[in-house]
Amino acid sequence: MSQIVEAGVAPSLVPSEREGLLAWIASVDHKQIGILYMISAMFFFLIGGIEALVIRIQLLAPGLHIVSPETFDQMFTMHGTTMIFLFVMPMLTGFSTYMVPLMIGARDMAFPRLNAMSFWIQLFGGIILYFSFVAGGAPSAGWFAYTPLSEKAYSSLAGVDYWILGLACVGIGTLAGGINFVVTILCLRVEGLTIRRLPLFVWMTLVNSFLMIFALPLINAALAMLLIDRFFNAHVFDPAGGGSALLWQHYFWSFGHPEVYIMILPAFGIISEVIPVFSRKPIYGYEFVAASSVAIAFLSFTVWAHHMFAVGMSHVANLAFGVASMLIAVPTGIKIFNWTATMYGGRIRFTTAMKFAIAFLITFTIGGLSGISFAVFPLDWQLTDTYYLVAHFHYVLFGGSVFGIFAGFYYWFPKISGRMLSKRLGTWHFWLTFIGFNLTFFIQHVLGLAGMPRRVFTYPDLPGWYAMNLISSIGAFMLGISVLLLLWIVFDGINHGEPAGDNPWDAWTLEWATTSPPPPDNFDRVPPVHGRRPLWDLAHPDRADEVMAKL
Amino acid sequence: MISIRERGKMGVGLFILSEANFFLLLIVAYVYYHAYPGQGPTAASALNTARTAAFSVALFASSATIFMASRAARRGDSGGLVRWLAITIALGTLFIFGQAKEYYDLIESGVGVSRNLFATTFFTLTGFHGVHVIIGLVALSITLALAMAGKLHPETRDGFGAVEWYWHFVDAVWVVVFSVVYLWSAAS
Repeated sequence: MSQIVEAGVAPSLVPSEREGLLAWIASVDHKQIGILYMISAMFFFLIGGIEALVIRIQLLAPGLHIVSPETFDQMFTMHGTTMIFLFVMPMLTGFSTYMVPLMIGARDMAFPRLNAMSFWIQLFGGIILYFSFVAGGAPSAGWFAYTPLSEKAYSSLAGVDYWILGLACVGIGTLAGGINFVVTILCLRVEGLTIRRLPLFVWMTLVNSFLMIFALPLINAALAMLLIDRFFNAHVFDPAGGGSALLWQHYFWSFGHPEVYIMILPAFGIISEVIPVFSRKPIYGYEFVAASSVAIAFLSFTVWAHHMFAVGMSHVANLAFGVASMLIAVPTGIKIFNWTATMYGGRIRFTTAMKFAIAFLITFTIGGLSGISFAVFPLDWQLTDTYYLVAHFHYVLFGGSVFGIFAGFYYWFPKISGRMLSKRLGTWHFWLTFIGFNLTFFIQHVLGLAGMPRRVFTYPDLPGWYAMNLISSIGAFMLGISVLLLLWIVFDGINHGEPAGDNPWDAWTLEWATTSPPPPDNFDRVPPVHGRRPLWDLAHPDRADEVMAKL
Repeated sequence: MISIRERGKMGVGLFILSEANFFLLLIVAYVYYHAYPGQGPTAASALNTARTAAFSVALFASSATIFMASRAARRGDSGGLVRWLAITIALGTLFIFGQAKEYYDLIESGVGVSRNLFATTFFTLTGFHGVHVIIGLVALSITLALAMAGKLHPETRDGFGAVEWYWHFVDAVWVVVFSVVYLWSAAS
């Protein structure tokens, strides 16, 4: 049995001779592009965070008039659009771009130039979107830009046009990325790394890529039609010309719901790497984690109209979409049990990454449960467009996706930078984030139940509303401080961090088999792969995992 | 199935899946508003099905000619490859010419994008298809230039295979669009 096998063949590229900034701009190396994704996502995270703080300052007390209603509308529109399309998606794509080739023992992505195009066109989309601020005003029709509000008659300024063009660019980049990941994962795996042995993060990226391939064209088509409406005075979504405003909602959410899973599946993948490594146990029920993701991907295309219960659909449609939405809780619940069972009886190491992973389990479950409550459509009628909804999707998006991102950040930073992050500062960051997040959003469940509508720039002093909004705003400022601390942690880690070595966590997947940071070609040699934990097998030949049948 | 060496083909195959979803929504919009015609021109009153059918035959035939081109490439017959590719490009260009003429006549007779829902969805659907044909023609022209320069080796064959798949897809979309837009109106 050969101990060493060649790395998966990627297109041979001449190493870049360029230096400085140009070396980054002209790079087709997946590691550099991955870092670019993360830096640009972090930048937009800061901007989106500032927009959130403006919202929370305006809502600090009843009857305030710190910003105008128009500015408030722009803030929540840009906050939502930025966090979804310019932070969470590119950040997760950045992790995948950096890690997937390493985790499958490849030298690069299948299409390195396409990879560079994906990044630059999505960044260009972000710039177009923000250019709207100086070109007559940012869009203010909400992140789902419902028609006819987003039509020319009601949004006559160019904001919505920039929104459309910006999202179309992000969509094209994401779609190209999805194609690139699928081909990379199917074609460039090192010998021995069968589909059943893939690290779960790679599995999630694969499933997620199919979601991107199928869901992004849906919004691109809808955006194209809205743009034609606005530019050529056409009528697809314009009731005044006989068109249907409701068609936009169907089109948007047929993309929008799969999009929710595009933002969470890679986070599931991160959690599925972090929890086993820091519980010192292989993942419990690998096949179930993988297969339930496939189930989620399929189901995600069948539930879009649960965003539309309030428009008044037929009873049969309500029932069908309600039941489908509850069904999707089953594969998601399976994963929660898998992760919990992985931790059970393990020797748990409370690293910062593991703290975020455990917090993810708690907050994501809360968000999942409030999500199920929306599948009960009479409840939805009562609670839709209240702060209960805002609380719900922040528990899944922040408590889910962003906590997953933080877990991945603390887990992989040593690999990417070659430096360890301060554990003491990490603990501070964790608690500030966890407490700030729950302070901001838990109370919003109650606010929503008390009837406070979202997207209204101020509110009357009804009993308890002032106190609850104040608590929420205080939490938001804690989150703001936690983000500043995160920046300091990165700065501190890069400049003063201990050298990380190849494998500081004693992890088992192939990215830890190379140096930190990896050389331009990733690997000289890749360890042999006979199971799911090649580095464990290499370190413990006497206690190696059972050799798995090839599939 | 495709081998893992044919990465370009696999990538384009996935791209085609996504494009199919893109056209799906355009077609749904057209069909949805077909049920609510409203005022003004309709497919039955505005379109010349017979003339478009003639130009469509050119596009359908181009799928056969690109197949002949790839067969010639597999046999190493570079003369046949160049010939069949040129014929494919000519047929595609003829189709685009027909579409341009159709658009010109419609707009001359006052049927523009903003006229009514039929016009909006008709121009959106056929327009996006036309753009795809033009992109295909660009890709085919690059392939032809490579073939004429003798640079279509086995290593770049994968790229040609990808272009071929894309061209068949553009053709297949037109089968659906032609049926939904022209044949449906002629039948009703």
